[in-house]
Amino acid sequence: MTTFLGMPGLPVATERGTLRGPDTFPVAARKALGDTQLRKNLGHATSTIRAKRARVVGELDDWEELRAAGAAIKADVMARLPELLVQLEENVTARGGHVHWARDADEANRIVLDLVRAAGTPDDPVTSVVKVKSMATQEIGLNEALAEAGIAAVETDLAELIVQLSDDTPSHILVPAIHRNRAEIRQIFLDHMPDVDPGLTDEPRVLAMAARAYLRRTFLAARVAVSGANFAIAETGTLAVVESEGNGRMCLTLPQTLVTVMGIEKLLPTWRDLEVFLQLLPRSSTGERMNPYTSMWTGAPRTSGGTADGAPDGPQDLHLVLLDNGRTATLADEAGRQALHCIRCSACLNVCPVYERTGGHAYGSVYPGPIGAVLTPQLAGMHGHGADAPAGGDPVDTLPYASSLCGACFDACPVRIDIPSMLVHLRAKHVETAQAQRRVPGLPASAENAAMSAAAWVMQDAGRFSFAEKGLQLGRLLARDGRIRSLPPPLSAWTTSRDVPAPPAETFRQWWARTRGDRS
Amino acid sequence: MRIALFATCLADAMFPRAAQATVVLLERLGHEVVFPAGQTCCGQMHVNTGYQREALPVVEHHVDVFEAALRPRAQGGDGVEAVVAPSGSCVGSVRHQHAVVARRMADQGRADAGLAARAEAVAARTYELSELLVDVLRVTDVGARYPHRVTYHPTCHSLRMLRVDDKPLRLLRAVHGLDLVELPDAEQCCGFGGTFSVKNADTSTAMLADKIRAVQTTRSEVVTAGDSSCLMHIGGGLSRLRVGTKTVHLAEILAGEGWEAAL
Repeated sequence: MTTFLGMPGLPVATERGTLRGPDTFPVAARKALGDTQLRKNLGHATSTIRAKRARVVGELDDWEELRAAGAAIKADVMARLPELLVQLEENVTARGGHVHWARDADEANRIVLDLVRAAGTPDDPVTSVVKVKSMATQEIGLNEALAEAGIAAVETDLAELIVQLSDDTPSHILVPAIHRNRAEIRQIFLDHMPDVDPGLTDEPRVLAMAARAYLRRTFLAARVAVSGANFAIAETGTLAVVESEGNGRMCLTLPQTLVTVMGIEKLLPTWRDLEVFLQLLPRSSTGERMNPYTSMWTGAPRTSGGTADGAPDGPQDLHLVLLDNGRTATLADEAGRQALHCIRCSACLNVCPVYERTGGHAYGSVYPGPIGAVLTPQLAGMHGHGADAPAGGDPVDTLPYASSLCGACFDACPVRIDIPSMLVHLRAKHVETAQAQRRVPGLPASAENAAMSAAAWVMQDAGRFSFAEKGLQLGRLLARDGRIRSLPPPLSAWTTSRDVPAPPAETFRQWWARTRGDRS
Repeated sequence: MRIALFATCLADAMFPRAAQATVVLLERLGHEVVFPAGQTCCGQMHVNTGYQREALPVVEHHVDVFEAALRPRAQGGDGVEAVVAPSGSCVGSVRHQHAVVARRMADQGRADAGLAARAEAVAARTYELSELLVDVLRVTDVGARYPHRVTYHPTCHSLRMLRVDDKPLRLLRAVHGLDLVELPDAEQCCGFGGTFSVKNADTSTAMLADKIRAVQTTRSEVVTAGDSSCLMHIGGGLSRLRVGTKTVHLAEILAGEGWEAAL
């Protein structure tokens, strides 16, 4: 048995672009902000879910204690991850399951593909699989990898299905089609769903029934299902999926073969730890006290029981693929590893003023929003070329800056991930990476760097600072009616939409010296 | 009480009235204010933009200046008991970032190992204005009169970094003649975020647009807050759109109508 995950080194980014989008955040955000339908859909959806969450969180007297417990359990998991992973592997294997270790996306995809192929026969190959909504498989681009091998992966979560049918990408961790309204969904079904009733209306119930009819046919024909996992219990080898629709349970129980792809950070040490997370997760994600479907499975049924007559009651062939894909490197950064505590609830997305306005696609990663802005750069790696780079820079490098540091995400996080502090930490890492890569040693890495160095030189001495203030007072010449309407780049980015007041005729320290200068 | 004013670089250079009003208010309440002349900036802009190495000498300088202010006079200091700043954000930087920067830089061998503890000692006695008034000086009615319709924007860092909670509102409610109107979605960020407002100007402006819309629904004459930076952002939008609402720092309201006469 080997559990060597490779030394913590440079994260391995998937080449499928699931973490690194085509545009920098400012460029992608500008496009999104211009889409008035998107703004309306997002504003409505996030404010609704925010209110729901606030209501159910407010019901619990011990919410803060639960958050602290969730944070402590996750910190413990990260501290003992190697031992716990070995324990999980032992327990899954002892109960008839198979455990596979994947260093990166390509390795994980190859393992899943081999397992899917092995589930068929030369005469009767498996040509499609059903999927439970899963972020890990989105992250590795599994659907695309299977499609290249001629295997269709059918998403069975309603929102994922909407995204898949329209050849779109998810824009939210929990509500992947949050950017769509029901009129748009009706049109997607009419255009892309096989055998759909042409008289389809945009009533939510009618749309859900159409999806249900389509999915039932798919479930009954499926031989292989692929899922992710919300939790894995090291002490028992149990895997758990939490969902709202019951479509996940169909996938977990009907097909003969079940392949679960799970990030290595999803572990919990003991069964009793679930108690904390099954309270934290539904209230934070969907704003419900309890999620409608919680499925747990332990080993393959041929060894763990089954029905009364001993026949299997679920997948006969159980596989768990443990995915690293940059997680070990993330774990190595003491200030960044908290990102691995995330339970993918999306509460931070729903409260984020940036996400609410730009939506998820602007982040260019399957992990959008505040948690995406700290997780993506660590999983995919930053290159030190931000938006200030001449060519516009690496999209991933711009993500830590996609926040006003307002702190709403930290307050909403059920496991108390200090996202604002991590954003500040990752910004420092980005700048230090850029400085380490500068072409001419001794020269600043960018114009911004030069300005920051100059400002720091001024601000470490009161004499220099008051001299600079006098220079600033010359700005009064630019003002009309006490306001400045236009400044040269880069400050023009401010004055395109905002005035600047004229600098004062007398600074505070000049006033103090004039009126109270005899004091200290 | 003998109190050192940390004016903040922004108020010093651009919005002196916020710092002046803080002086006038505290003196009217019977306290002695000193202004350590060596002070400059807390370094927050550098830290929040990723330039921690560049921020280090600024942080060291801030700690040197206010450590001296807090030292007893017998030991050559100013002998102040507290440091006050008219900014939740700058106090947040002093309280939550200085020690973090000091430790990171010490790990890189760039800072003295003792800097973090010294920064924490200064931070422990540094207060945002509403904290100083309500928690330290135990006053909510500062005796001010301000007969205007006012709405209050709780700035993100005072709300979520410092947890000032409703202290500014308690101070405002006690101001005579003031008609306080609740701001819808008050706790949403105005979109400033320091260099965020320039690096992500489009998103920042979209956030500002919603803040301005909320301010307008209150039909207030004045929007107030505890941070000159957020007020510069909101005010910059109000000014550009010629909305008939002005921005006034909390300290100026608490100093009371006609406080400028004391200048």
